Amino acid sequence: MSVGIVMLVHTALDRAELVARHWARAGCPVVIHVDKVVPRATYEAFVQSLSDLPGVLFSRRHRCEWGTWGLVAASQDASELMLARFEEVRHVYLASGSCLPLRPVEELVDYLAERPRTDFIESATTADVPWTVGGLDHERFTLYFPFSWRKNRYLFDWFVEFQRAMSLHRRIPNGIVPHMGSQWWCLTRQTLSAVLEDPERPKYDGYFRRVWIPDESYFQTLARLYSTNIESRSLTLSKFDFQGKPHIFYDDHLQLLRRSDCFVARKIWPHADRLYEAFLTDTDTAMSRQEPNPGKIDRIFAKAVDRRTRGRPGLYMQSRFPNPGWENGVTAGKYSVFQGFSELFQDFEGWLGRATSAQVHGHIYGPDKAEFAGGQTVINGALSNNAKLRDSNPKAFLTNLLWNTRGERLCFQYGPRDNPGINWHMARDPNAQISVISGAWAVPLFQSNSNFAEIRAAAAILQKIENAMLDELRSPDVKARVRMWTMAEFIEAPMEPLQVIIDEIGQKSMRRLAEAPRLEDLTGFGQFLQNLKNQGMHPYLMGDFPVDPIPHNARTTRRKPYLVRK
Amino acid sequence: MANRVADIHPTDLLVFCTQRNEGVRLPYFLKYYRDMGVNHFFFVDNDSNDGSLDYLEKQPDVSVWTTRASYKRARFGVDWMNWLLMRYGHGHWCLTVDPDEHFLYPFCDTRPLRALTDWLDASSIKSFSAMLLDMYPKGRIDQQPYTPGQNPMEIASWFDAGNYTIQKNPKFGNLWIQGGPRARVFFPDTPDMAPALNKVPLVRWDRRYAYVSSTHNLLPRGLNQVYDEWGGEKASGILLHTKFLHTFTEKAAEELTRKQHYGASREYLAYAEGIRDNPELWCKWSEKYINWRQLEILGLMSKGNWA
Repeated sequence: MSVGIVMLVHTALDRAELVARHWARAGCPVVIHVDKVVPRATYEAFVQSLSDLPGVLFSRRHRCEWGTWGLVAASQDASELMLARFEEVRHVYLASGSCLPLRPVEELVDYLAERPRTDFIESATTADVPWTVGGLDHERFTLYFPFSWRKNRYLFDWFVEFQRAMSLHRRIPNGIVPHMGSQWWCLTRQTLSAVLEDPERPKYDGYFRRVWIPDESYFQTLARLYSTNIESRSLTLSKFDFQGKPHIFYDDHLQLLRRSDCFVARKIWPHADRLYEAFLTDTDTAMSRQEPNPGKIDRIFAKAVDRRTRGRPGLYMQSRFPNPGWENGVTAGKYSVFQGFSELFQDFEGWLGRATSAQVHGHIYGPDKAEFAGGQTVINGALSNNAKLRDSNPKAFLTNLLWNTRGERLCFQYGPRDNPGINWHMARDPNAQISVISGAWAVPLFQSNSNFAEIRAAAAILQKIENAMLDELRSPDVKARVRMWTMAEFIEAPMEPLQVIIDEIGQKSMRRLAEAPRLEDLTGFGQFLQNLKNQGMHPYLMGDFPVDPIPHNARTTRRKPYLVRK
Repeated sequence: MANRVADIHPTDLLVFCTQRNEGVRLPYFLKYYRDMGVNHFFFVDNDSNDGSLDYLEKQPDVSVWTTRASYKRARFGVDWMNWLLMRYGHGHWCLTVDPDEHFLYPFCDTRPLRALTDWLDASSIKSFSAMLLDMYPKGRIDQQPYTPGQNPMEIASWFDAGNYTIQKNPKFGNLWIQGGPRARVFFPDTPDMAPALNKVPLVRWDRRYAYVSSTHNLLPRGLNQVYDEWGGEKASGILLHTKFLHTFTEKAAEELTRKQHYGASREYLAYAEGIRDNPELWCKWSEKYINWRQLEILGLMSKGNWA
């Protein structure tokens, strides 16, 4: 009992010859179908090159355009020839010219000899498979496809739409249930001859001739009628990309292919010399088998599909520039933005760094420069602190910073003095955690030594800018985690919100804060605001501060800067 | 002029290049692309006087055209390239690069260029992006002399990993990428003037195609669609740009007097100034080049769905 190989060949005839010889050397008869597009002279030279092998035959040639009937007709003719001429063949294995046996042929022969009645053909009903290209699954069997998908895509699509609109559909003969699956099968003589000698075959052929991609459904459907024992999987390893075209194997896949549990791999790049050398030499060393680990192959190709369809979150580069809303992660990681904190607390950045061990920057959108942690002028990824470079594309500055420091937790300060252009980008980024103490920009003004007229003017501008920022943060499209307090609210009980923010950053163990940040001295702040009001400017973002007495929280925090841990 | 185009086979991979007095770079350049599997080189020699023309004419796989015409009038060499591409590139995969540009693509250490072009053909992709990555040495640019045949990446082995900015160019549909050490050191105050880094050097050429501005973009516009807009990554490569060798200072001075470069040689003016004040491009956060996989991980290029 032996295995017969049907090979469908259209290019790289030299490689096909090598593989045919390999099968023949192990005693397997081979029937080769050469695509009609191969020029006659080339074909004849190919036939000649294999003429020394009596077990290699050639079947009638068809034109095999992808997705059309030609491939089925070629498989039928070649299989008929195989069954008629080689009596001893029990299983017929359909392979292509770019297939490569991964394991010794004897292993395949033994494997099939142990399963004399099993048909290996991937075959599933259309409702149950996700891998259909062009959105056509069941309609492959119910519509007409007179136009070529490759050459006449426009007409193809138009005619599909037309038939849908007109509710045209074909009848499926004799109530057969369409099944689909990999076109590379291995069938028993019994099943294959039943399909080929069926008195109803002209009817089925006539039907499938007009089905789209019949090579993935003809045998897959009809085998279900006759087989007593279908194992729905292919013995051929083949991986498909997101467009449904097979992945190609190269020399650098050698170790990977050695770990496959499949007998044959497709498809192999014709110039992959090392692969052909390694798998077609019969010495035991070359075929040294390793423990099968097909999961690894699956992972590599699944990752490739994922990279092509979803990409790396937060990455913007020459071949990935997603439209708004399609970023799959606007930025590369979570980050916390603090507005008003460094104005209200002394050395807030140092405190935050100690409390979270995150990377804490100053005002990276500051007017003069990006205030990176530690006063650095350049940071990860050679990102410069130059304000003009940054402001030429503020969004790219943020996405670059987060991409360059992915894996680290990032915190920075922000406020109405900084470039406002980035506010909206952060607001619609689910990775952003924005905490705002509104009106805290008044504290540096309060402490400054400027003339009051200047202070008044600055206060008016800053209040206007911050108000616009807060409006953006209140928009219904906001995706960021936003927290807002007025300054008066916040200093009433600062530790609670700080604890919540720190916990959210979540770098250190969940323990209570040991150290509170030190509040700026606000003695006289209420009077300062009253002075602004007296000058006709109305400060409202900071909430209500009584003129007298001064906020009591400020004094107590000043006297007791450290909390005792409970 | 040396014309060996009769030797070209229909499936050959071709390189197109304009050069002027780059004799010191040519031996390594030719070796680099021959090893990659390139079959034939087309050069336009723009009035060289350093013997590089003689050198090129002696190479068995090189065809050279010479011109003494103005580089500027020829739209910085693009017209010459387009003419050669139209004439000889039709139906071939054509790589258009400068002598200081070294093309990298995914798996270039294990797969020849033909593996990539076969895969592009099978995927019905006609153009392939490769961003320009400026390489520079540690220390002064002129500190370590470069000798012919040497791998320039041994000297200029550092690059900026993550300071690139991208805008879409609505006119041609290409991305406009700026950044890197040139923006950081030479154009910090006028970032919009910083040179473009986006390039589409590898194209399955058709005589109806044309490069518009260097190899930054081309027509028809569909060829500039080398990036995915729905979140995925298309496959892309890198052009390692080894402009900053010891020859640079000399070249910058010469180009200033010739005034043949883009934007009133603005770039070279900025270089002359930048080089005088601060001759070092290297900084603490510069990344040292290892291989294409490093650039892939850094997000400068992508394997896309090629595995």
